[in-house]
Amino acid sequence: MRNKLSLLVVVVLLVGLIAVPAAAQKARIGLIFAEGGLGDQSFNDAAYRGLMQAKEELDIEVYYVEPADIAEMEEHQRAYADMGLDLVIVIGFIHQSALTEVSADYPNIKFAIVDDVVDNPNVTSLLFEEHEGSFLVGVVAGMMTKSNVVGFVGGMEVPLIRKFQVGFEEGVKWANPNAQVLVNYAGAFDDPGRGRELAISQYERGADIIYHAAGGTGSGVIDAAASNDFYAIGVDSDQDYMAPGKVLTSMIKRVDMAVYEVIKAAVEGTLEGGTWTFGVADGGVGTSEFKYTKDIIPQEVFDRVEEAKQKIISGEIVVTNPLQ
Amino acid sequence: MRDKVKALPWQELLLPLVAVVLALLVGSVFILYVGENPLKAYGILFTESLGSMRNIATTLQRATPLMFTGLAVAFAFRAGLFNIGAEGQLYIGAFCAVWVGISFNLPRIIHLPLAIFAAMVGGALWASIAGYLKAKLGVHEVINTIMLNFIALFLTDWLVTGPFHGGSWVPETVRISSSAAFTRIYLPTRLTTAVYVAGIAAAAVYIILWKTKRGYELRAVGLNPDAAEYGGINVARNTVIAMAISGALAGLAGAEQILGLHNRFIVRFSSDLGFMGIAVALLGKNHPVGVLLAAVLFGALQAGSAAMDRSTAVPRELITIIQALIIFFVAAEFLIRRMLRLKEDA
Repeated sequence: MRNKLSLLVVVVLLVGLIAVPAAAQKARIGLIFAEGGLGDQSFNDAAYRGLMQAKEELDIEVYYVEPADIAEMEEHQRAYADMGLDLVIVIGFIHQSALTEVSADYPNIKFAIVDDVVDNPNVTSLLFEEHEGSFLVGVVAGMMTKSNVVGFVGGMEVPLIRKFQVGFEEGVKWANPNAQVLVNYAGAFDDPGRGRELAISQYERGADIIYHAAGGTGSGVIDAAASNDFYAIGVDSDQDYMAPGKVLTSMIKRVDMAVYEVIKAAVEGTLEGGTWTFGVADGGVGTSEFKYTKDIIPQEVFDRVEEAKQKIISGEIVVTNPLQ
Repeated sequence: MRDKVKALPWQELLLPLVAVVLALLVGSVFILYVGENPLKAYGILFTESLGSMRNIATTLQRATPLMFTGLAVAFAFRAGLFNIGAEGQLYIGAFCAVWVGISFNLPRIIHLPLAIFAAMVGGALWASIAGYLKAKLGVHEVINTIMLNFIALFLTDWLVTGPFHGGSWVPETVRISSSAAFTRIYLPTRLTTAVYVAGIAAAAVYIILWKTKRGYELRAVGLNPDAAEYGGINVARNTVIAMAISGALAGLAGAEQILGLHNRFIVRFSSDLGFMGIAVALLGKNHPVGVLLAAVLFGALQAGSAAMDRSTAVPRELITIIQALIIFFVAAEFLIRRMLRLKEDA
């Protein structure tokens, strides 16, 4: 037994030595996901798509990690910084506190953060005009509701998610002044059961369209829509396929685009920190392509959404941004 | 009738070792199944957890809270109590620590010990509720500690999102003042002086249990409460004391997390550290030294799997499976004894 054990240890050690990769010339990019991780069919998966697109098109070496919990964020940030990566991208405001410290400790490493601002010269902050995109899906909801009651299910009750809520409410009211918006927060981004529960309670209070801004929790909302008589509206990624015909549209937030663009800038050597904002005008936020719901939704709704979009771009409609 | 020979100490050590090896063997089947090479995966796991001073430091940092929760569960177990409530006691202790950490401005030499002490008191009081319910009302400690876990969790949720919310987007308190924080001893890892406290705590557990009259009473109650009662030991009193000490140890885990790792209370920061403590105590045979070793093993698995996830495509869930397998094989001690033809321990 003992001999076998020591043999195993020796083998393991040897393999470990061989497994150390040779130094590569390619740009090395690291990405740390938000809680919820891969497979949320929403926020993190969008970031992953951007990373994979960059890997294919820009010939880079990529590293990524799904933190098990919030306690791990700092460890991963430091580890990637110590590896001397060319860019470390962190996904979600949950990283902000740790990144503020870590980016100050590693002034020579470039960082990027999605959804929050870290005010250090080596950090690029990637923000979205979620209130504008939410306004557009609000217009769809306001016009499509028969009961004049629509719902909103948020993840955590934080200013960022309130941005979705306020934009949605204003969009609904703009299209249909008689409509009422029910609002609930789940308290988590990774609790589909709670999402389902809240959606059904809103449905029982009369809501016939429910918009979620709740990451993985939102899959419960869509799941509930699939088996009940109401529509869902997805968020972040195109979620229309998750319950074909029962997800009216999705408020797409092109996290993939932001991730790709920031990697591209890093590879080309033009990344200089600061804040980048993605909005309706540049396609950073907007509606999905209505792949499964084209036939349910009348043309006048599409016209009205287009009208709102143009008015937002021209500045005729100013959607309230609760962060300002 | 079969002779019952007491297992020798080295055999006691052998059992957990065999469990670990079996878990790695069965785990390699899963790794093969997902199309990876088990030797390569374990090689990475090993080098990433113990292959350098830095990785060893990360492993110890991950092991520190498990040392405390493992000791907490083991201590209660020696007194015949199954403390499932370490998680809740940890949260209460952590909140007491953060409260002292943010509310006072004291010299370090007073502030840090005071915050640690507050965490111990908080954990001890929370656990002694369970002890009291068991001793006076006969409510089984497994049930009431589980219930108290939920209360502790939601209570701290409310405190930290409500009156103690720090104002950022994340549900967390403000940071504690630096005079209440453990010192990091191996930068850039987050290993702190809390690991020394864990060593002291293990020694204290050993001394209390095996070198004091109180410890003798506690162990007597653990072995056979009726006999202990008959022998003149106050079982109810010892039950409350055992839970309180166990809770104080779990509270120390909370102190380590707040004063060492996060420097603030983040809602639901503990990823089941209290429950992992049960596995650590089980693997460590409820002995302080065993608990320390088992905590290091679990710390190594966690540190190694996190690093593995950062630099390879091997999913870290595999390591969770291996952890579960270790627990499974430890629990299936009988099987291993049969395999090794060891006589059953009396």
